[in-house]
Amino acid sequence: MPSLGADMEEGTLIEWSVKPGDRVKRGDIVGVVRTEKADIEVEVYREGVVEQLLAKAGDTLPVGAVLAVIREEGEAAVPAHEEIPPAPAPVAPTPKPPPVARVRASPLARRVAQELGVDLSGVQGTGPHGEITEIDVQRAAEALKKAPTEKPAVPAFRAGIRRAIAAAMARSNREIPHYYLETRIDLQRALKFLEAENQKRSVKDRLLSVVLLIKAVARTLHDVPELNAYWIDDQLQPKEAVHIGFAISLRQGGLVVPAIMDADRKNLDELMQALRDLITRARAGRPRSSEITDGTVTITNLGDLGVETVHGVIYPPQVALIGFGRVIESPWAENGMLGIRPVVSATLAGDHRATDGHCGAQFLTALNQHLQEPEKL
Amino acid sequence: MSEPEIKAAVFKILRKITPEADLDQIRPEENLREALDIDSFDFLNFMIALHEELAVEIPEADYRKLSTLRELTRYLSDRLK
Repeated sequence: MPSLGADMEEGTLIEWSVKPGDRVKRGDIVGVVRTEKADIEVEVYREGVVEQLLAKAGDTLPVGAVLAVIREEGEAAVPAHEEIPPAPAPVAPTPKPPPVARVRASPLARRVAQELGVDLSGVQGTGPHGEITEIDVQRAAEALKKAPTEKPAVPAFRAGIRRAIAAAMARSNREIPHYYLETRIDLQRALKFLEAENQKRSVKDRLLSVVLLIKAVARTLHDVPELNAYWIDDQLQPKEAVHIGFAISLRQGGLVVPAIMDADRKNLDELMQALRDLITRARAGRPRSSEITDGTVTITNLGDLGVETVHGVIYPPQVALIGFGRVIESPWAENGMLGIRPVVSATLAGDHRATDGHCGAQFLTALNQHLQEPEKL
Repeated sequence: MSEPEIKAAVFKILRKITPEADLDQIRPEENLREALDIDSFDFLNFMIALHEELAVEIPEADYRKLSTLRELTRYLSDRLK
């Protein structure tokens, strides 16, 4: 059972997407695990053949429990008489919500249910062996629309997300001595560049301004690598890969922070495509395990909500979080001239155990410089 | 295409983007993005869907003219004449 969040203690295996004998390679999705935040597609980190599936769909297991055995190329098969360490006994059901009942439903039905906000435990299945089909979900969604709008005060899913966020953020505030730095950045050149780029593109290929911000952060992390790191065992552990966690709000409430993998190696179009894919899957409740666990730094962008400045909370074991507010037209003095410019407030939340304000200031200065040369992003 | 037909097409798209919203409650002069909590990603998806559904490609420069349902319906009506 992989750890899919800073404070995840257990997860429920929802389904396997492989069976014994299947060949798998690094990055393949082998199953789906339900955490308090989402149903997460679990990837495999080694190549080989699935030897045994030790956990069953519906099992709730602690982090670290063995779910399956994968035999690598050339590795001897486990003889039939040899005992494989069994998976720890499933965690006893606890009284705390939300109860994760095993529901028979097709993967498509699950996906549609997530999109439409339908609780599968209340849906009558009409498929084989009572399995819930997509049509059943659609019918339930229609019925929900017609039904009187009497809803539980806090739906279970939302309560689960809230609890997970509460645990991670409480840990962060408890353990990380944050420092905050802020700077205002003139985005005139960046937005003009973006406007020109988007005029060349059809509507479906247009870039969002946040893509420029993400790319600028990714490049800046090469200039100031101390902020692309984890704080583990009282040590700063710089990370080579730049996987940028991006805070995504969910329509049903709460947020998830999956990562855009290797953001520094992607061009703007690739970043836009990655962001689109990530937001779509995150909002459908289907992020991948590596996206949840491997972020090396986080960006939160609250500009769409009209917020001017963001002072974020670092997601441990990361050591920095970059916040962007709304782009506002502001008076801007430069070279003795006063004008009106589109300006964004960029903040850095840094872990003071890992870095100092001097390092943070270098980061914000370099970030500004990158955004003044958008054609190089 | 008549304005009621355009409004129906717009609602069909918005239902996919904001399934939890009660679109009948939106007033014609209300800011759509604020009323429906539509962020820039959702708004871009809305523009893409309008392009696919109605074959209207809306330039970015016109986004500011599309704040309310009334403005959007009129804009599309003009473009579809």
